[in-house]
Formats: sequence, C-alpha cells, structure tokens
Amino acid sequence: MSKLTLEDLRSDLAIIQQWVEPRSQVLDLGCGEGRLLRFLRDQKGVHGYGLEINQDRITACIANGVNVIEQDLNKGLVNYKDNGFDTVIMSQAIQAVQRPDQLLDEMLRVGQEAIITFPNFGHWRTRLYLAGRGEMPMSKTLPHTWYNTPNIHLCTVTDFEKLCAEKGIRILNKTVVDESHQEHWAIRLWPALLGEIAIYHLTRRPL
Amino acid sequence: MPDVIPDDSVGLVTVQEHHFTEPLTLRSGRVLPEYTLVYETYGTLNAERSNAVLICHALSGDHHAAGYHRMSDKKPGWWDNAFGPGKPIDTNRFFVVSLNNLGGCAGSTGPLSANPETGKQYGPDFPILAVRDWVNSQARLADALGVDTWAAIVGGSLGGMQVLRWSIQFPERLRNAVVIASAPKLSAQNIAFNEVARQAIAKDPDFHEGRYADHDTIPKAGLMQARMLGHLTYLSDDAMRQKFGRELREGKLNYSFAPEFQVESYLHYQGEKFSTRFDANTYMLMTKALDYFDPAADYNGDLVECLGNTQCEFLVLSFTTDWRFAPDRSEEIVRALIEADKPVSYACIESDSGHDAFLLPIPRYHQMISAYMNRVADAVENGGEA
Repeated sequence: MSKLTLEDLRSDLAIIQQWVEPRSQVLDLGCGEGRLLRFLRDQKGVHGYGLEINQDRITACIANGVNVIEQDLNKGLVNYKDNGFDTVIMSQAIQAVQRPDQLLDEMLRVGQEAIITFPNFGHWRTRLYLAGRGEMPMSKTLPHTWYNTPNIHLCTVTDFEKLCAEKGIRILNKTVVDESHQEHWAIRLWPALLGEIAIYHLTRRPL
Repeated sequence: MPDVIPDDSVGLVTVQEHHFTEPLTLRSGRVLPEYTLVYETYGTLNAERSNAVLICHALSGDHHAAGYHRMSDKKPGWWDNAFGPGKPIDTNRFFVVSLNNLGGCAGSTGPLSANPETGKQYGPDFPILAVRDWVNSQARLADALGVDTWAAIVGGSLGGMQVLRWSIQFPERLRNAVVIASAPKLSAQNIAFNEVARQAIAKDPDFHEGRYADHDTIPKAGLMQARMLGHLTYLSDDAMRQKFGRELREGKLNYSFAPEFQVESYLHYQGEKFSTRFDANTYMLMTKALDYFDPAADYNGDLVECLGNTQCEFLVLSFTTDWRFAPDRSEEIVRALIEADKPVSYACIESDSGHDAFLLPIPRYHQMISAYMNRVADAVENGGEA
C-alpha cells in the first residue's frame, strides 16, 4: 500500500493535520474511509482509531489498514475513558448528531484537545438565500432539502463560539475556508460572513 | 453430491494426522501422556512459512472446514463459504490449517479414544480441558508443521475464544487475530444454558455417568435435547418467525403432544441429526471449556491488562441479532483493546440470523473479512510491510 502525502488530502483535512502532534493518539469521529488517519499514520506516526457507522466505509477503512470501530455517535463516547487521547477530531459531522453540545463535552472528556469542522450557516450566501427566497438554503456544502437533511443542528460561526464560551472551552486555533476548502485573505477578515466551512481547534486545558 | 467441484472450492481434501508423544500438562493439572490431532490443510505453505492461517472451531465443529472428502459427499465442510480460491480467506494466497480439537469426537484424541494406561475407552475419564489446553496443543501442531508465526488465526464463538487465548498466550506467534461472534467470558445466562444442556444429557438413563459405551448405547434423547436447546439459542426470534412462524405440519391442530408446529419438527430434526453424529462426553467437555474461559481472571479480572501483552492486530466482528454472543460482549473485547492501545477494527454486522450468522455468507460480513485478509496477504507477500 502506497503512503498518503499531503496532496492526497482534502484541503480541510490538510489544515486539520497541522494541529495534530507527531506520534500522538487520535480518535476520529465519523472517519469516513480513513484517509486522514492513514495520512497521520504514514506521515506523522500517529496512532489512532476512527469511529464510523456506515458499513461500506468501515470496509474501506479496513482495506486501508486504518483501525475503525463501528459506533453510533448519538450514543456518545461512554466506552472511552477520560483523557485517553491527545486529540479527538470530528470533521463535518457535529451538525448531524442529536446533541452537538453533549458530544462536544464528550470529545473534550476523552481527549485533551478537539478539532471540529462544520458548515458555517452564517455564510453570506446562505444569509442571502434565506433572506431573498425565504427558503432553507441549499448549496454545495449543504446539498439537502430541509426535510431529508442529516444536518439537523446547523449553526453559524458566531453560535459555535458562543457555545464554547458558555462551556469554558478555549479556542486554540480557528480558520474558515470556502467551499473548495481554500483560505483567503477576505475570509480571514470576515470569517463569519465569508467562510463556508469552519475549522476549530479546542481545549478545556486552562491557559 | 457435487457433480462438479466448484472453481472456488478447495476441492477434495485428505484428512491428515499427527501423533504427539510429548506429554501435555493440562490446566486442571492432569497430564495427557500422548495424543493425536487430526487436521486438514488448504492451499500451499510458502517458502518463508509466513502465509499460514489457523481455523479454530466452535462447540460442534471439527477439522473438516472446507472442500469435500469424496465426490459422494452431500455437503462441503462447515465453513466452506469463507475458505477457497478467491473466497474471503483466499487459499491461493494462504495456507490454511483446520484441526479437530483435543477432546473432540471427529478423530483427535478424546473421550472416544483408548486410554493408553488402561487400554479401554476414556469416556468420562477424559480430562476436562480448558481453552488454553487447546491452544497449547495447537501450538505444538504449528511446531510440527514448521509454522513459527501464523499470519492470522480465525475463529467464531468458542473458536473466537481460542483466537483470543492465542493472542494472550503466544503473543509473538500470530500477526492477526480475527475474533467473530465471541466473548471475553461467558455470562451467567450463557453458563446456565450450558448447564441445562449438560443436565439433559446427564439425566438420560442411557448416559450411565458417561460409560454408555460399556452398555452399548448412547444417551440419544439427552443429546437431542441439549442440541435443541443450543440450536434455538443460536437463532433469533426474527429468524424463527420468518422461517417457521406458527406454521403447522398438517395444517390443523391435532390436540396431541406430538410435534405439530413446523418449528418443533425442525428442532427435532436438528437434535436427531446431531445425536447420531456427536459424542455426549465431548459435548459435556466442550461446554465446560466454554464456561471456564475467562482469560482476565489471571489478571484480577482486568481485561485491559490481560490484553496488554498482545502483539497482533485484531478484527472483531459481531451480529446484530446474536443474543447468545451478543454484540455487547464483542464490544467488551474491543473496548479493552482500545484502552490497551492495541490495533483493532470492529463492526457489528446487520443480520437476522442470530449467532448462526457467523457461518453464513452475508455479503457485508464477507467483504470485511476479505478486505482484512487481503491486507494480511499483501503484508505476507511484501515481507511484512502492508
């Protein structure tokens, strides 16, 4: 099996990987086919497990040589001990779980740090869509209609930061990217308005 | 009878045997002075002797896992759907060894064998075995075959317990452990089922405390009951509803105690078939080994510590409707492995077939085993690098 390099990685995952320490322990919630974990293993000697619920993706992880555990994130992470991992990652899944606030607590219970990405519902195009058409916004990052979307808890960058503040969660790093996962100077200036995908690096560790 | 042997079958296979003269000290403290193991092999051992896979059988299994013994055989071996050219465990790439465990009744030394000290059949005097005794004897078979390290050891149910025991007892002698529909130890409910089965046998007037051979009989009714009970715990409520419902054999109620519902005659048939092919003393012994299995007991009940010395990678699988070896039990193993920071993958396969599912060719199940074993084969062929 060939080793994965940075070019093989989706660009939001390429940003995430910078925040993962070499040889650390990682738990990846909703790990898909395990590309991030494979990259982290190949390039950074990271040891980790991915949690996934889709059986085809589980099979793909197994074929990729990535440790994958079938688990429904809605049931929390009760089977993992406190601080068992250095970093717990969740990419584009928090908006689809039943209680994002509780899962966030769980992530920072089993991990020292958490990395979360989600579609920013406060993006200017989403705002315009809702204001102009009066319909639930649809886009490349949000392709579903309101009645069949798995994204039951969409939030904006501002909402998310408010939740973190309420919970005393510290933001170590954050970045927002556009739908092609590119960073841009304008996005950096007005992230809440221009960023389509938000990426946060969090901890409960005091300063 | 197979008119033509299918392309993906291991074909006609020959039973082999190895006689061991070095005494084997058992967990109970008793010693087997000598013993024979019968086994089959499928595929070819490579020059580096690195592509060997061991199958561990469950309660009623034996060495005949795949292929046919003769062209007149009605059915292939008990796990034929998983082993063969191009099958999930590909015999074009692996050298597969399948044995009948000690205490068995299909050819390896067991209650039906002659006790060398008395010249008479062991019967109930055959020592009660623990899973670790099987693993020790399997390790000696590996030595005899020139296999230092297994590429993988695979087993379901009681077979999965042997795989787990291998990983703990001989951590350096296997690279992969495939543990299917198994448990780190039996629950009280599970032990209770075994005890009811044993009592059904023991209370059969033909059992004669295990010395039925001396009376030229077998405890057929007891074995049949034991199997009927066992069999129904291997099925799920859903599977039985779909298969039998409340269907009547003769389409009407007869107000008699003879079997009237289809499910009754099915269980009778299964029990009947089993009671003529399986030895009652072996059944007693195998269920005891199941009950005793608890590797964490040596570590104050700490499964994490118990699995802490393992060196292999694990694939653990369970089935949604299996209540005899429920997914929760497999998840206990997985949780401990994660806590011990060991490489493990786990999936709970959707199936309505209960515990029996592990022997069925369920597409998702077989795809996962294929994906895993292909990677194992790649690693073997690349000299260890996946």
